[in-house]
Amino acid sequence: MTDSAHGILAVGGFLPRSRLPRRLAYEANRWFAPALKPKGDTRRSFCDWDEDTLTMAVEAGRACLSGHDTTAVAALELASTSLPFADRSNAGVVREALDLSPAAGVEDKTGSLRAASAALARALAAPAANGNTLLVGSDCVDAKPASTQEMSFGHGACAVLVGEGEPIATLAGAASLHQDFVDHYRASGERFEYALEPRWARDAGYREQVVATVGEALEDAGLQGEDVSALAISAPGSLAGAVSKSLARTMGISPAESRLESEVGFCGAAQPLLALVEALESVAAGDSIVLVALGQGVDVLVLGVAHPPATKSLADAIADASNETNYTRYLALRGLLPLETGIRSERDNRTALSAFWRKHEAVTAFKGGLCSACNTLQFPATRICVSCGAADTQVPTRLADRVGTVRSFTEDWLAYTPKPPLVFGNVGFGDGANVLMEFANVEPGQLEVGMPLTMRFRIKDLDDRRHFRRYFWKPVPLEGSADA
Amino acid sequence: MPEGIRDKVVILGMGCSRFGERWESGPEDLMIEAFDEALADAGIGKDEIDAAWLGVFFQEQSTGKSGLPLSQALRLPNIPVTRVENLCATGTEALRGATYAVASGAADIALAMGVEKLKDTGFGGLPERTKGTVEDLWLPNSTAPGSFAQLASAYCAVHKRDMGDLKRAMAHISVKSHRNALNNPKAHLRREISDDDVLNAPMVAYPLGVLDCCGVSDGAACAIVCTPEVARRLGRTDAVAIKALQLAPSNGVEFSNDAWDGGHTLTTRIAAERAYREAGIEDPKKAIDVMEVHDCFSVTELVLMEDLGLSDPGRAIDDVLDGRYDHDGAIPCQIDGGLKCFGHPIGASGLRMAYEIYLQLNGRAADRQLDEPSIGLAQNLGGVPNRNVASVAIYGLNNLTR
Repeated sequence: MTDSAHGILAVGGFLPRSRLPRRLAYEANRWFAPALKPKGDTRRSFCDWDEDTLTMAVEAGRACLSGHDTTAVAALELASTSLPFADRSNAGVVREALDLSPAAGVEDKTGSLRAASAALARALAAPAANGNTLLVGSDCVDAKPASTQEMSFGHGACAVLVGEGEPIATLAGAASLHQDFVDHYRASGERFEYALEPRWARDAGYREQVVATVGEALEDAGLQGEDVSALAISAPGSLAGAVSKSLARTMGISPAESRLESEVGFCGAAQPLLALVEALESVAAGDSIVLVALGQGVDVLVLGVAHPPATKSLADAIADASNETNYTRYLALRGLLPLETGIRSERDNRTALSAFWRKHEAVTAFKGGLCSACNTLQFPATRICVSCGAADTQVPTRLADRVGTVRSFTEDWLAYTPKPPLVFGNVGFGDGANVLMEFANVEPGQLEVGMPLTMRFRIKDLDDRRHFRRYFWKPVPLEGSADA
Repeated sequence: MPEGIRDKVVILGMGCSRFGERWESGPEDLMIEAFDEALADAGIGKDEIDAAWLGVFFQEQSTGKSGLPLSQALRLPNIPVTRVENLCATGTEALRGATYAVASGAADIALAMGVEKLKDTGFGGLPERTKGTVEDLWLPNSTAPGSFAQLASAYCAVHKRDMGDLKRAMAHISVKSHRNALNNPKAHLRREISDDDVLNAPMVAYPLGVLDCCGVSDGAACAIVCTPEVARRLGRTDAVAIKALQLAPSNGVEFSNDAWDGGHTLTTRIAAERAYREAGIEDPKKAIDVMEVHDCFSVTELVLMEDLGLSDPGRAIDDVLDGRYDHDGAIPCQIDGGLKCFGHPIGASGLRMAYEIYLQLNGRAADRQLDEPSIGLAQNLGGVPNRNVASVAIYGLNNLTR
């Protein structure tokens, strides 16, 4: 047993299951961009049509908080450059989906690829007064077809819980440098970034910035380059490898070992946490990790490992992958190819927000009602128990964390969904509860009655007319998922 | 236990338009077509009708709201017209209103009209619609075939039956209805099909192929009802009487509780039990001579055979494949082609079912006439398996001279 200390108490990574094999994109676009030819058999992650920054953040948060006291979370910080709302607390949506206290502080941190690394440095340096901080990095940035970004970007989320307890790792040293070095940028409201030549970013910019700042951080920690067990780098495209080589050559730090580039891609503001957690999942107690996060300057954190995490949620998420076989389907799911979606897609998805406010706990936190008179669970909760008829006896009870069971299903090819067929059916939750739900992560022919299910926070509908999106929960097969 | 409406109301006349893709006709044309037939059949004048009920479901895309579409189309003499809606059981709901008015003595003669103009919606199947402001927040954006397809996987799981056997029985149901419709000049789909056609049809919602689904049709049907005394006064010596007219809506059990196994329609069982009791039927397997049920999808008709107590639990597949419900079977089902082939103009369907039973009991069903049936059943279902309105009506030919 170690003494109680301030540090990283838990970590959790989440990736969408879908992977775009880079070779698939290259084959489709070779006629136009032959220079994009990828090396080897690699792939990148991407969000399904019903996943976004918030749904991934929720899942990373759940993975991180699994087995931890959620009532001890006093603050939730969400770092991202792709928040769906400019004015509606995005972290607040995540807060409710995670069933954290409404009294917890919620804060969106955005505008920088270093949003998460900066927040982590601050949280580790200065303990919060009243409890733990859950920091989630999540990004879902798309790229134009046939661009280098399409090849290098990925979508993913990662969460760390910082506070007082028995830590996985503690902060040994840190340094930070800001330079308004605009090697790329994305304007507010724009979907795609504008990037300059990577050689310039590498040779004239980041190489020097990184070496200097890592040197400062190591000095702060009282360590030499040779003392570093693992290097975790957050940098887009070929920059990560270049920075790693520089640090090996100039400071004797062993090169970074990572599967993120070959299996996931660069996940924006989530990448510093993903890189850190990947390193934490591979080191031993007593090791030191250096985290380097680029983005108009650089954040460097030196961490001492106390207890590597017992479960490897990020490694599991990397393994829980499904290769896309159709490039045009990838484009369509990302909204990059306007298909003829037919008259059924003309449905008006306006949300009655006053009704949503009445039902926000049911919809976002997925809470039903457990009758205190007869112990029957029902969703949605109602005034009168469906089983015993008692009035006003139902206690809010969360279904999101229960294992469900397929009771019936269909693959509906008539219904409009961006990814046909619409697979939905009756799901049992135990204690008498049955809910008709849309499934996710299933291919035709995969479901059977009796199959166990785990719940995922997903987009329910997109309202393109009013630029709103609503969220609900969808079951996915338990087997083959990271929770299995 | 209330005494109910058994034998208190008889049908004086009925009419039904031709069903189908009636591009040339609006809802008012369809209503007039059905009404002219019914009025001639009843042998009365328009001004002898005391009150009317109009059933229409998708009012936004066809008639508009209220009772006015009926009042205006028929130029009714300012009598009360009530518009009713109860999902796909809307036609039966209109008949229930008219029947109750006559049974109560508030009206001597009442009209029930059901109409639906679906082919102006622009949709190939049923149009998209909201499921309600709260439900839209979480319920899947399902279709009717997807919702009814749930019955199949659940039925096979509950009864440990093979999906392949179920599919073959479903195919038999569709083939039978297509054959029956050949003898019905008013039917929408009049084309003989084979088992292979059904089994190889494009998938709509697993395991329902396109030939497991009923027609999406325009049409209207209506009934003019009165008391037996009024019918006698008008010179009738016999008349088709309403023996039972029961309605059972879901109360949320199927929607949110696993007491429902997902492989049957709970409300049909409740409505059927009440209807048999009201009609004084002890053994429906022996008593029912002819029936029309809500075969919106082949699998629906199959499970309904058990819900109505006509097949034993888990045995409907075998009974169907044995021909028990064919035109020459023990209890012919959908002798007019059913929703499957006569068509399914939603608001009209409940009254269309009554129309066929009425013709059969009166011996006026022409080429499809059965051999002297005396008791007929119509089961009309609105909604989807986990949330619906079921009605069961029983009709019999009564001698009015005794």
